[in-house]
Amino acid sequence: MKIVINGAELDVVATTLAALLEERGFSGRVATAVNETFVPAAMRATHMLQNGDRIEVVAPMQGG
Amino acid sequence: MKSFYGTQLPNPLMLGTAQYPSPAILEHAFRQSGASVATVSLRREGAGGAGASFWKMIQDLGVLILPNTAGCHTVKEAVTTAHMAREVFDTKWIKLELIGHTDSLQPDVFQLVEAAKILTEDGFEVFPYTTEDLIVGERLLAAGCEVLMPWGAPIGSGRGLNNPYALRAMRAEFPDVPLVVDAGIGLPSHASHAMELGYDAVLLNTAVARAGDPVAMARAMMAAIEAGLLAHQADPIEARDMAEASTPIIGKAFLS
Repeated sequence: MKIVINGAELDVVATTLAALLEERGFSGRVATAVNETFVPAAMRATHMLQNGDRIEVVAPMQGG
Repeated sequence: MKSFYGTQLPNPLMLGTAQYPSPAILEHAFRQSGASVATVSLRREGAGGAGASFWKMIQDLGVLILPNTAGCHTVKEAVTTAHMAREVFDTKWIKLELIGHTDSLQPDVFQLVEAAKILTEDGFEVFPYTTEDLIVGERLLAAGCEVLMPWGAPIGSGRGLNNPYALRAMRAEFPDVPLVVDAGIGLPSHASHAMELGYDAVLLNTAVARAGDPVAMARAMMAAIEAGLLAHQADPIEARDMAEASTPIIGKAFLS
């Protein structure tokens, strides 16, 4: 399945958001959105991915 | 000092965490100034996990954390970012930024009010980055905000308080609302001025992070903020146009 994760198009095996994070090596404190909609951590295991989904994975960074 | 959604700040310096020459200098700037609040953001994470080390350092500082929605231009984008920030930073506080103009980074106050209402209803405690407009301030309070953060000048400009008259009017209009001058501070005297006007806190970043010696500048900002707060509490004299002798005339020797 082809998805876009943080702007990069990728072929992935994972079918859920939780599996995708594991497949791509995101293990830290992150938040996720799929197609511009927030997906809480508790929902990731049951959130099924669709071909063409756009996924954002964000983490704590410096800010003003 | 007024409370911010029920939290008493140990002191009125809110300090940003961006643009420092190194993480070590950022850490020293916080430790040596004693700033009580750190603003932070969310950005795309690489697979290397850069966010984890930053998160650990911020936690070790033991300061209050205020995540922002910096760079958001639409209500939807800001609301989604706020939800992600609440989960990652484990706080209901959100510094709500809705940028309306590319060059001045002026807030889009119409979208700001709309987003503030949505987030308040979602249980957030919103710190809106706004202008000094009184009516917008009223609308933000009606939307559920309990803090207002008018700009001093455009973000990163270092111009100080562009409109002290309007900031003074805002203080007078909302005597019981915690008010923070957010953005535009360049020098400690600017920060002190905000506190002398009766503001409850000052939020700044670039003036410290981009100074030649950020640690020294952070300390200078705290000293200035404390001086300004003390001066406000001391009830300063009114300015006047003509001189008024301070030394008594009575008893002066007759020598002419």
